[in-house]
Amino acid sequence: AYSRKCKSSMEVVEERSNLADVHHIVLVLSGKGGVGKSTISTELALALRHAGKKVGILDVDLCGPSIPRMLNAQNKDVHQCDAGWVPVFVDQEKTISLMSIGFLLENSDDAVVWRGPKKNALIKQFVCDVAWGELDFLIVDTPPGTSDEHISVVENLRQYNPDGAILVTTPQAVSVGDVRRELTFCKKTGLHILGIIENMSGFVCPHCTECANIFSKGGGEELAKQAGVPFLGSVPLDPRLAQSLEEGKDFLSTFPQSAAFEAIQHIAEQILNNSAVNV
Amino acid sequence: QGKDFQLRPNQEVPLVENMSDVPSNAPEYCPGTGSDQAGKSSACQGCPNQAICASGMAKGPDAAIEEIKKKMAKVKHKILVLSGKGGVGKSTFSAHLAYCLASDETKQVALLDIDICGPSIPTMMGLEGEQVHQSGSGWSPVYVEDNLGVMSVGFLLSGPEDAVIWRGPKKNGMIKQFLRDVDWGEVDYLIVDTPPGTSDEHLSIVQYLSAAGIDGAVLITTPQEVSLQDVRKEIHFCRKVKLPIIGIVENMSSFVCPKCKNKSQIFPPTSGGAEKMCKDLNVPLLGKVPLDPRIGKSCDEGKSFFAEVPDSPAAASYKSIIQRIQNYCSTCEQ
Repeated sequence: AYSRKCKSSMEVVEERSNLADVHHIVLVLSGKGGVGKSTISTELALALRHAGKKVGILDVDLCGPSIPRMLNAQNKDVHQCDAGWVPVFVDQEKTISLMSIGFLLENSDDAVVWRGPKKNALIKQFVCDVAWGELDFLIVDTPPGTSDEHISVVENLRQYNPDGAILVTTPQAVSVGDVRRELTFCKKTGLHILGIIENMSGFVCPHCTECANIFSKGGGEELAKQAGVPFLGSVPLDPRLAQSLEEGKDFLSTFPQSAAFEAIQHIAEQILNNSAVNV
Repeated sequence: QGKDFQLRPNQEVPLVENMSDVPSNAPEYCPGTGSDQAGKSSACQGCPNQAICASGMAKGPDAAIEEIKKKMAKVKHKILVLSGKGGVGKSTFSAHLAYCLASDETKQVALLDIDICGPSIPTMMGLEGEQVHQSGSGWSPVYVEDNLGVMSVGFLLSGPEDAVIWRGPKKNGMIKQFLRDVDWGEVDYLIVDTPPGTSDEHLSIVQYLSAAGIDGAVLITTPQEVSLQDVRKEIHFCRKVKLPIIGIVENMSSFVCPKCKNKSQIFPPTSGGAEKMCKDLNVPLLGKVPLDPRIGKSCDEGKSFFAEVPDSPAAASYKSIIQRIQNYCSTCEQ
């Protein structure tokens, strides 16, 4: 058994860790902001749920917590139990649970203006003190960058052997440049790279069928090839996906015919296959 | 603060860090120079400031603030480009604000990139691979034109794979150096591009420039609620630290298909877009910029969109927004 509270060695309490029954931990990283980390984290969670899995999402973006709204779970409260903090269930069936600083703020417009040390302390709490119970997958959504949040979350998760990280990029060089640095971060911290997703990859005009490569195309795939990591797939820009997330709806149920749905399903399948190997 | 900081779920979240509290060379769990624990907590062991803090002398502001004020005396206008959200076009806007202001050859423009983890400005300005040189008077900015100088951590890295994996205090130290040690010379406009969020970089830039004075901040958003949510937080941040808001720019506003010319809303303004937010929070909307694939392409190629596609609706929007910013700055002239 691991120590539940990560306190000083004088006070080690031998109890079952809150992550003991979480079978697979997957981090979603980028280096770049606005490429769709939270979107992909949410859609991946929904896809895994559709495949019959129990999923948790840990949102460690303390300045810009996007996930509660995407799952229509804003204004919910976090309660405490003996084992720690109870994560928020976003559905009646209790198949998706979520922890985010968004739930701790009274007003969703409140800005959390913290330097590194406070952020590190809360992330440690989020990793150690949330009573997830039994989960097939815990998806960890992160803010952009390679700084306090990323160092802290990797350090705190290390003992639980995460499956690895998915890196999200958009096709342009400016994004790919930042993701290249994130790959270095993964290598330096010993985090296994599950693969790269190229998001916002092409746009099919609903009026005609011209596929306008609004944010260019192919950069993510090219980076995966250069870096020797798996390319998990391209997800096209679909305004209906953006709309669903705005309204906290389940895109995968509402738009099973869309190209974005196919791409996300394919990515989820690869995660599932990888997890079957990595037990 | 720091190591002993713990939250309980039903407890009120302490929203704003004490601004002038953690020096840039402080160790990871520094309690803050203003704290009762200053110099005395276990985290203080080995910190170069320990003796000063323990004596109670450290309660004053960082000495660098005065040094930076002197340096910034030669800078007429300082503009911060913020968002709360990533990927909305801060760097794109900063770069083009710089290009546009520098098109007047009588003006000296400086572009400072304080995104330490994800420095995009070198790529966008066509300066990838450039390095910083030191002279007797300090670090030399990298010049795009005689009247347009740029500084970014990107110029200090040896290759595209180099990652800056730094915690807050080191990032703060870098920002202090950029402001104190770079020889900008006489500058009409200093534009500061920032990373997304409301954290170390944002607190530091406001703190270090506090004595020198900042004209104001331009906040960038896209139309969707997921962006506006974060930008509202940034507006609250600006108000908390008394940073004037020049206005909001709504980027990626709509898309016109190059083939059928029909308009599509790729990022739907489900909650009324920037327009409603600006009305609700009483901040000026500087303008809306449409989504034009050629903008991203120019940025990737390190070229000015104004030079590449001068007659596009997006270029016209940018120019009108920039004119409003210039007007605002001239009312700040003392």
